[in-house]
Amino acid sequence: MSGHDSKYFSTTKKGEIPELKEELNSQYKDKRKDAVKKVIAAMTVGKDVSSLFTDVVNCMQTENLELKKLVYLYLINYAKSQPDLAILAVNTFVKDSQDPNPLIRALAVRTMGCIRVDKITEYLCDPLERCLKDDDPYVRKTASICVAKLYDINAELVEDRGFLDTLKDLISDNNPMVVANAVAALAEIQENSKMPIFEITNNTLSKLLAALNECTEWGQVFILDALSKYKAEDAREAENIVERVTPRLQHANCAVVLSAVKMILQQMELITSTDMIRNLCKKMAPPLVTLLSAESEIQYVALRNINLIVQKRPTILAHEIKVFFCKYNDPIYVKMEKLEIMIKLASDRNIDQVLLEFKEYATEVDVDFVRKAVRAIGRCAIKLERAAERCISVLLELIKIKVNYVVQEAIIVIKDIFRRYPNTYESIIATLCESLDTLDEPEAKASMIWIIGEYAERIDNADELLESFLESFPEEPALVQLQLLTATVKLFLKKPTEGPQQMIQVVLNNATVETDNPDLRDRAYIYWRLLSTDPEAAKDVVLAEKPVISDDCDQLDSSLLNDLLANIATISSVYHKRPDAFVSRVKASVPKPDSDDITEGSEAGYSESPSHVTEATPVPGSSSLSSGTQPALVPDLLGDLIGLDNAIVPVDQTSPPSGPPLPVLLPSSSGQGLQISAQLTRRDGQIFYNILFENNSDNSLDGFMIQFNKNTFGIAAAGPLQVSQLQPGSSTTTLLLMVISQNLSAGPPSSVLQVAVKNNQQPVWYFQDKIPLHVFFLEDGRMERGVFLETWKSLPDANEITKDLPSAIVRNLDATIDHLASSNIFFIAKRKNANKDLLYLSAKTPKNTIFLVELTVLVGTPGIRCAIKTPSPEMALLFFETMETLLN
Amino acid sequence: MAGAVSAIFLLDIKGRILIWRDYRGDVSSVQAERFFTKFIEKEGDPDSQNPVLYDNGVSYMFIQHSNVFLMTATRQNCNASSILLFLHRIVDVFKHYFQELEEESLRDNFVVVYELLDEVMDFGYPQYTEAKILSEFIKTDAYRMEVAQRPPMAVTNAVSWRSEGVRYKKNEVFLDVVESVNILVNSNGQIIRSDVVGALKMRTYLSGMPECKLGLNDKVLLEAQGRATKGKSIDLDDIKFHQCVRLARFENDRTISFIPPDGSFDLMTYRLSTQVKPLIWVEAQIERHSRSRIEIMVKARSQFKERSTATNVEIELPVLSDATNPNVRTSMGSAAYVPENDALVWKIKSFPGGKEYMLRAEFSLPSITAEEATPEKKAPIRVKFEIPYFTVSGIQVRYLKIIEKSGYQSLPWVRYITTAGEYELRLI
Repeated sequence: MSGHDSKYFSTTKKGEIPELKEELNSQYKDKRKDAVKKVIAAMTVGKDVSSLFTDVVNCMQTENLELKKLVYLYLINYAKSQPDLAILAVNTFVKDSQDPNPLIRALAVRTMGCIRVDKITEYLCDPLERCLKDDDPYVRKTASICVAKLYDINAELVEDRGFLDTLKDLISDNNPMVVANAVAALAEIQENSKMPIFEITNNTLSKLLAALNECTEWGQVFILDALSKYKAEDAREAENIVERVTPRLQHANCAVVLSAVKMILQQMELITSTDMIRNLCKKMAPPLVTLLSAESEIQYVALRNINLIVQKRPTILAHEIKVFFCKYNDPIYVKMEKLEIMIKLASDRNIDQVLLEFKEYATEVDVDFVRKAVRAIGRCAIKLERAAERCISVLLELIKIKVNYVVQEAIIVIKDIFRRYPNTYESIIATLCESLDTLDEPEAKASMIWIIGEYAERIDNADELLESFLESFPEEPALVQLQLLTATVKLFLKKPTEGPQQMIQVVLNNATVETDNPDLRDRAYIYWRLLSTDPEAAKDVVLAEKPVISDDCDQLDSSLLNDLLANIATISSVYHKRPDAFVSRVKASVPKPDSDDITEGSEAGYSESPSHVTEATPVPGSSSLSSGTQPALVPDLLGDLIGLDNAIVPVDQTSPPSGPPLPVLLPSSSGQGLQISAQLTRRDGQIFYNILFENNSDNSLDGFMIQFNKNTFGIAAAGPLQVSQLQPGSSTTTLLLMVISQNLSAGPPSSVLQVAVKNNQQPVWYFQDKIPLHVFFLEDGRMERGVFLETWKSLPDANEITKDLPSAIVRNLDATIDHLASSNIFFIAKRKNANKDLLYLSAKTPKNTIFLVELTVLVGTPGIRCAIKTPSPEMALLFFETMETLLN
Repeated sequence: MAGAVSAIFLLDIKGRILIWRDYRGDVSSVQAERFFTKFIEKEGDPDSQNPVLYDNGVSYMFIQHSNVFLMTATRQNCNASSILLFLHRIVDVFKHYFQELEEESLRDNFVVVYELLDEVMDFGYPQYTEAKILSEFIKTDAYRMEVAQRPPMAVTNAVSWRSEGVRYKKNEVFLDVVESVNILVNSNGQIIRSDVVGALKMRTYLSGMPECKLGLNDKVLLEAQGRATKGKSIDLDDIKFHQCVRLARFENDRTISFIPPDGSFDLMTYRLSTQVKPLIWVEAQIERHSRSRIEIMVKARSQFKERSTATNVEIELPVLSDATNPNVRTSMGSAAYVPENDALVWKIKSFPGGKEYMLRAEFSLPSITAEEATPEKKAPIRVKFEIPYFTVSGIQVRYLKIIEKSGYQSLPWVRYITTAGEYELRLI
């Protein structure tokens, strides 16, 4: 049945559009149809054929269904850009919605709902009303979805016309497909409305459960997903529901199975009979296992969900660990997830077999998989006390293979094992020391150094070993430097002889005078003070007993876990994040494909791998520090030592958040409950970092500090952060004054701003922000017309850069000019060219970089051409970025 | 929990848009570029190849089929399993229409592709993916008629997989019971995992709306009926049914009743996790005689009854990637060196039960090796075979009753076959 449509893609040399225009108006049907196909082919490859609007619409009135569909497709794409002409199509639409053929009636409402033009929408209501009550179920199922479309464009209209009630009536429709689509539409509308619209009652529940048996597989998913929100009144009702849903576990469609599992798990919360629960767990296991024979992509989703399910109900798959053993041909993302679940299911009973598997994986070729396998062995050791010794012997065997990255990974996990079981396995230190020279990764080095420092009294040549690292101290990464510092202090306190004394002098000198890393310097000063004032106290602090660690790095907290379980099968369950962390619903009537400013922030939490192995690895040493010191003391000491007191700048702490909400940069799901939203703003000629801290954790947080990484603009905090203690559930905003320092980052200009925030209770949080170029634009950047023209001419043509901003839009020239002026981009002149407006503007930064701007806009239509001329063309990209943000 | 996708993109292997369909107007064609940048940027990082990617407020879910990416973009929390499965289903639909789904066939049929994308999904919600029924009202050029099509009743019927009015002169049903054996043996010779995945594959050529009832030697059913189990009855771990089977009825009284789709489909699949003896056992011994010569000795033994015979046996033996000059002898069948897979493939056309065959191969190795040899990829031995007229589980079709109101007679043709699935034996 292969077609030959590709011929429509071949272009006719010149004057394509006029030629098509002629063909579209041909008197021959076939020629017109071919012409429309050519138009659609052009549209497919991204050519702008919107100028043929009238001619294409003229072909709409046809008996030929194929041609009609093509014209409709064209309308969906271009009606937005030709809103005035779109009205031409209304008559045909209305007529088609009354066609004797149900296919055409459905097609008409379906298409009208996709055209987001007010003029069309107005005319949609009457046909929609008719179609919702159409005799043909095909039309009704299409109309049901159309209500959701209309609600998305104009919610009021839907409410005023009573479509919601009609939609609710369709839940009782005799056709299962209509019911399913009505449920999908209602569920979507409910999600976007604060009013109770779609509440599942006893009555609807039984109707929907009945429809479940008859509708298509996709419809079953809609219904199950909607019903999983239903809270049964008591255990009996819950049992009844479960009984009706369990047959779905036998469905061949994996999505139906997962949604059924979700619903059963939800209802199980209410069921009290332990027999019933045990029985249900037994019933769910085989279908969950069978999901692992599905397509790899589905397997991945299933594994992410199983990861959640076994955290909640570990018994379900307790005996099925073997099915998670990796197959040779599994894609790597499946292998990684299987490994994670194997760790969760590992127990004293199966650990021998699991270790054999891990050992097998540790000799594979994929480096990341191998590392994860080695880490998995360590995590099992920490989790299962009785198996720890066997795990260690496997690790030692792996170290003997002498594959570099295996050795390093093994040392990292052995350090954790030492922390978990102190004074138990020190006999292997000698073996570890043999690999000392091969370590080249910071984390492995740091771990080894920690081990040497911690057990300095048992390692005869501990001082020699540490000394070998000292030579390269200045070149080491910060992680290693910090460990070296602490380990040397430990060594000195344990063996206060001459050698270590000299070493400590060297280290403290290196770590205070020679370094520009504040963390290292601060820690070194604290040690220095401790050692010089009271060595006994130093011992108490530095050599204090450390709290025992446990393998909980992948355990989600129970409220998050429950939220995720309610979202089984959805993207949320794949990311292991609550939906609000990534859902970025934009009102579609204002297209915003490049809404960087809104969503950029959540990315920081995202790009990291889903399993947070590294987070949990305790940073040895730092814990020994904080366990002994009074947290409140630290800031004082710091201020005193470094003399920051006079640098503190008064900040307006009470200023209420003005304007739109700040973009979330650190969602609370990745900040252990701490949520940070922030944005750079310019006020009264100064740049501020406007930050909102929200504490959603269970603890109060204090001792907030902030630091900015080097960046293109050298922007940095003018003083320390002034945030007092933050109680659970409270939030605070602050305006941090920023200065432009000379400390610039190398490399091409970039708008990335890397920020680190820490407090006394949590690990350091790192996140990224975007520097909007316009915060630098000076208030006196306005240029005289003449100067503008002169400057424009004086700059070489090579400095002129043009970019199309496809999603930027100007609705009203004056408003836009005012808006830009408020960001210190000043209007100079405008002129008209055909139907387009050309605006000339200028802006200036503190370093006297001038931007001369020419905007070509068509009012009301997305897509702006932005041309700039500047002596610093390397900044052009950043300028376009900021322009796009401002004009969206 | 409502969630719909914003658009479907069909991309070529370099990430360029072939065709895309916007369903909700909240994403743009820029998304294809962003997706692909994200996809490429982390290549090599295992987590990046995840079929669900996030970038800048948009979640991308994708699958790949030959040289085409099928990708959806969404801003909502939609049902990931449903959407990914849906993408696989539209691959099936496209294959039904164009035989092959690839860049060229999409370009050659873009009009139909647009029509299909309009029908399979509405406002980002999956609607209808039965290829056979779709092709009744969406036709390619050659079959297009001037009269306007109507939506077949089936689209919205409770029986959404079959149209009325199907007619055959000869009413026939073919039922293939196919069991594939998955096995994983570790380097100590221990079986660490084994299971059997079975499928009842049906091809129906029946007129009208036939009501079918299938009887298996299902232990639960036979015991419930209090019938003395004559012969073997079996206990199936997990059964999955095609959507045509009435699940509630099965839950009630274990009856498998259904109105089948027309043509071929998988009626049910099942899984058996009881330990099975490996049907074909392979042992390999590798000897390194000197730095430059390696010898492999392989023994393959069939461990099933003598009356059965395995056919098309293929044993894939991994070989070091730098091995050359193979010299192979076999006691049965033929062996060929496939350097592109770093493997030696030993093919035996017919392998009766209770037999043992040998293979001996010698390779030359380069006398110089890299100083820091990276670990060699340790591929397992993989085995393929088919054993006709035999099932591991002992499943039997006791009857397949077909009742249609026109009253025709039809007898099912039943075949049994066992094949190797993921059949892996790890080398020492």
